[in-house]
Amino acid sequence: MIPAAFEYYRPKDMAGVLSILEEHGDDARVMAGGHSLIPMMKLRMADVPHLIDLQDVGGMSDIAVTADSIRIGAMVTQHDIIDHDGLASAAPILREAALQIADPQVRYMGTVGGNVANGDPGNDMPGLMQCLDAAFTVVGAEGERDIPARDFYEAAYMTAREDEEVLTAVMIPAPQGGYAYEKQKRKIGDYATAAAAVQIVKDGGSCVSASIAMTNLSDTPIYSEDAGAALVGTSVDDAAIKAAIAAMLGDIDPTEDNRGPVAFKKHVAGVILRRAIERAWSRA
Amino acid sequence: MKDEVDSREDRVANLKGMGCSRKRVEDARFTQGKGNYVDDVKLDGMLFGDFVRSPYAHARIKSIDTEAALKVKGVLAVLTAKDLEPLGLHWMPTLAGDKQMVLADGKVLFQGQEVAFVVAEDRYAAADGIEAVEVEYEELEVIVDPFKAMESDVVLREDLVAEDGSLPDGAHGPRKHHNHIFTWEAGDKEPTEEVIANAEVVAEESMYYHRTHPCPLETCGCVASMDKVNGKLTLWGTFQAPHAIRTVVSLISGIEEHNIRVISPDIGGGFGNKVGAYPGYVCSVVASIVTGKPVKWIEDRMDNLMTTAFARDYWMKGRISATKEGKITGLHCHVTADHGGFDACADPTKFPAGFMNICTGSYDIPTAFLEVDGVYTNKAPGGVSYRCSFRVTEAVYFIERMIEVLAIELNMDAAELRRINFIKKEQFPYTAALGWEYDSGDYHTAWDKALKTVDYEGLRAEQAQRVEDFKAGKTRSLMGIGLSFFTEIVGAGPVKNCDILGLGMFDSCEIRIHPTGSAIARLGTISQGQGHATTFAQILASEIGLPADSITIEEGDTDTAPYGLGTYGSRSTPVAGAATAMAGRKIRAKAQMIAAYLLEVHDDDVEFDVDRFVVKGAPERFKTMKEIAFAAYNQAIPGIEPGLEAVSYYDPPNMTYPFGAYICVMDIDVDTGVTDIRRFYALDDCGTRINPMIIEGQVHGGLTEALAVALGQEIAYDDMGNVKTGTLMDFFLPTAWEVPNYETDYTVTPSPHHPIGAKGVGESPHVGGVPCFSNAVQDAFRAFGNRHTNMPHDHWRIWKTANELGLHD
Amino acid sequence: MSKKQHYTITVNGKEEEFLAEPRELLIYTLRERLNITGPHIGCETSHCGACTVTIDGKSVKACTMFVAQADGKGITTIEGIGGPDDLHPLQNAFKEHHGLQCGYCTPGMITRATKLLEENPNPTEEEIRFGMAGNICRCTGYQNIVKSIQAAAAEMSAAKEAAE
Repeated sequence: MIPAAFEYYRPKDMAGVLSILEEHGDDARVMAGGHSLIPMMKLRMADVPHLIDLQDVGGMSDIAVTADSIRIGAMVTQHDIIDHDGLASAAPILREAALQIADPQVRYMGTVGGNVANGDPGNDMPGLMQCLDAAFTVVGAEGERDIPARDFYEAAYMTAREDEEVLTAVMIPAPQGGYAYEKQKRKIGDYATAAAAVQIVKDGGSCVSASIAMTNLSDTPIYSEDAGAALVGTSVDDAAIKAAIAAMLGDIDPTEDNRGPVAFKKHVAGVILRRAIERAWSRA
Repeated sequence: MKDEVDSREDRVANLKGMGCSRKRVEDARFTQGKGNYVDDVKLDGMLFGDFVRSPYAHARIKSIDTEAALKVKGVLAVLTAKDLEPLGLHWMPTLAGDKQMVLADGKVLFQGQEVAFVVAEDRYAAADGIEAVEVEYEELEVIVDPFKAMESDVVLREDLVAEDGSLPDGAHGPRKHHNHIFTWEAGDKEPTEEVIANAEVVAEESMYYHRTHPCPLETCGCVASMDKVNGKLTLWGTFQAPHAIRTVVSLISGIEEHNIRVISPDIGGGFGNKVGAYPGYVCSVVASIVTGKPVKWIEDRMDNLMTTAFARDYWMKGRISATKEGKITGLHCHVTADHGGFDACADPTKFPAGFMNICTGSYDIPTAFLEVDGVYTNKAPGGVSYRCSFRVTEAVYFIERMIEVLAIELNMDAAELRRINFIKKEQFPYTAALGWEYDSGDYHTAWDKALKTVDYEGLRAEQAQRVEDFKAGKTRSLMGIGLSFFTEIVGAGPVKNCDILGLGMFDSCEIRIHPTGSAIARLGTISQGQGHATTFAQILASEIGLPADSITIEEGDTDTAPYGLGTYGSRSTPVAGAATAMAGRKIRAKAQMIAAYLLEVHDDDVEFDVDRFVVKGAPERFKTMKEIAFAAYNQAIPGIEPGLEAVSYYDPPNMTYPFGAYICVMDIDVDTGVTDIRRFYALDDCGTRINPMIIEGQVHGGLTEALAVALGQEIAYDDMGNVKTGTLMDFFLPTAWEVPNYETDYTVTPSPHHPIGAKGVGESPHVGGVPCFSNAVQDAFRAFGNRHTNMPHDHWRIWKTANELGLHD
Repeated sequence: MSKKQHYTITVNGKEEEFLAEPRELLIYTLRERLNITGPHIGCETSHCGACTVTIDGKSVKACTMFVAQADGKGITTIEGIGGPDDLHPLQNAFKEHHGLQCGYCTPGMITRATKLLEENPNPTEEEIRFGMAGNICRCTGYQNIVKSIQAAAAEMSAAKEAAE
């Protein structure tokens, strides 16, 4: 498995990145850890005549945790997330999810930016970010803009980021309440058969807010507003969970693959969501 | 001297002979990154070859345009069938008596088939060259279902239909249809039908043993180097049978066999994948001859999974009959075997379905009949024995499933049903209804030990409680108890009935004792992780009384090793291990004469004792083997020629029949299909145990490959013949996280005909493990009416079983 | 083919300079250009870990990194972990506990394990199985690999305590 030849760039700053992107348009791609892109290039499923390596561009490797928000630079790896104690207490769902991504070696290289930016429906971070109502900061020739994660994904590998823009950071409002990231997969290193990210706030025995997003059950991650709404105002009893699952099932649109047929995936999506809700509620 | 004062016990320990867990001598180089695998071979001016492969499963090739590819910088040549045809090398013989295209000759028959071979200065240029070759295909109707193949008008193999439309016989007799390869029968058809027709109870089941792949971590590859000055071809490669490869290369290339040197360096796992001959080998040899330079070819993982050596793909239909009390009276089995586009199975010539006729298993079944139909489809060729002797995994899976189905039919405990049907200890040697003579066994002892160790009664009680809890809505988890009792048939084999391409399946060992009492032994086998350098030295140490640490074992170089048929089908210990012991005994016989001379007594007055010959009745008078070795070379002994060497070619009188009892306890999440193996107990009886540490390691590994096959590993095709499982994302190789700890145990029932009583073990855990895991899954659903579901039992298929049984309602 | 570039990488403490195409995969740079053949190629899609090396303190699958990305970095392979005169406790433990068979996965396995023990000197069995899940072995069934790593961890901890 040998990729086609390409020109390689390792600019020192974002201006350098943007000028190459401007010059080559969609013939150029930025790369962080490369663990999504390089296998595609080796299989010659991605043609990248101009490859821009972001490793020398500063300012994208920090995790900043404040009382009301979290900023994660695009070059922060899954390993960094797992390793960061401040993050683990501010948003423990991030660590719980990151531990379920790929394997140790891949987590050293795989970045948050790469995971959310490339639009692969199998990636775990996009759904998670939708659950957390994150926004992605992208920068282009026109300057910087923030795109809500819930508006970012259009179709498989199609996102609201323009070809000439670079995703530089993820901004997350400090999550409240209980959490769970529940994922069923065939083995280590596999994408999800179904995964659910749930964040629930409880007050006096009833649910005051709930956010639910699903992974690898459509050609984009699915933020199910109705599923969350079905829990709000309830004691998250069996009826409420059933309603949430029904709402979620109305939003997803899985396709058959080696992981199984559609009926199976829908069923598992429901089971996984139930478990995620129950676990999040128990932690709320 | 130290040994003179050591106790007998110390002297035995000092040898590190049979029965001790000697640490492996191979490990120093492997743990330090100094192994030497084929892709580590680097020669001056070496070129790199790789294939243009067909994206289609069935297509006619209209044209191949290599012009642009030849212009790619670094590309030196592009070979197509047209280039090979004048050499007669565009097709090659398969191990199964069929022939196979080396490069597509007018059409392709499976996705990934080799179409052209690009030779370049490095891998990168070769890859760019492949992209630049333009092939025009005309798609043809694809057949991936062997039953449809047998009814279709579409002719897959036009070369096997005569001009008048008649069907010439195949290598194994008459063919029923243009997509049919052979029919093979064993046993008595009419009596079996009669027994079943008149039986009190009959259980019937159809099962599909899915297509999978051995997938060793190292793919297949080779380096061919034609030395035109000396006329000598050297071929390094991942060959499980280097001598057979040399003979095959000689036969098809016309190069005399003495001018071919085949070297199997370290091999990164084989499991059957590296037995066959592949187009890459032929093309590398041709490319080296054409360019005058060494040429390397190494598969990538997709090539490996898509094109070389699948395993299984057996559609099996069984009927088993019994009395009301459960005594089995008859067994009928029909197999439709999907062989893909060419019949490239690696089986002994007389056995086109391998040893599938061991399918009466461990049971005393008086009457049986087996019929196998081989069929062509648009899938990759192969049909190798993936970590088993020829088709034994299929056979054992079949009978162990039929037993379970019969137990359901009889409403009987499956452990008890096995017990009352086992061949009894006193019946050995036992001639089975399908012809094999089982050498030795004590099945009842093994089974009772296994059931007692796991507290079988207790497990069944726990399972019954779980079913109650499930029905009461207290749990969504079911518990399966998987049982499996297997008899392997390994050590192919007696030359009278076992050959491959006419090459008898004996094996060999050549020993040279050095004057100072160390030794080198060379064998016709080749280790792929089994630790031959460690264990064969142990056999020799016990036989010739020199420490294993003083014995070098060498394999895999046809210029130095004696002729042998290689390592697969657990044949190394049964055949080459026997040759080693026999050659050792020749050494000992000569040593006895030398010792007698040195001790000035008659030959009959000395006897062997661990590491020396002693005068009978006077143990203080002795000569150590070390002393004898020195004398053999350096002392003129009347009537005895100098030196101490021996060769043995061993033609085994029979196969060996290792057996074992496995029990798996599994929890199953009914809602997601996720399985959790809570306990796995494996009792193996491989006869005499040479190195318990290595045996245990083999069992762990074989069980893990069994787990993979039973729970998810498959080569799956869509209707267009596209391989859906071409990378390790989808082809299931478990990691440490998915694998349980195993409990191992043993009994010892030596083989009566093997010189040291050993039977072989490497493949038993795979053969016995697959039905054990599968039975555990199926047993979990027995209380809800499940009879049989096909493997692989991945999450969605288990979910489907639960769903169809109404467990999600 | 794109133009060759000048790269400098430090492998097992030795600085290496050479010209290569940027698309050259690091595993080939090591194996074919620098003759460091300990790391192997198993799957090529970053699943099997046979090519694992340590780069600037991280366990990395060298089949999924271009040489251009590795320019300027420090790399440790199995060859840099220990040799005949200074065997690493893991190398010894794998032999003592039969943690390998065909040996093909072993260099990547041991290289990964060095990093695992660095981050977690006293791992539980579960932590070892999880921490080694990026390395596939087809022969051993992992049981003896786990045992080997546990034994090396114990030995290293004991040695550290003795030194303190």
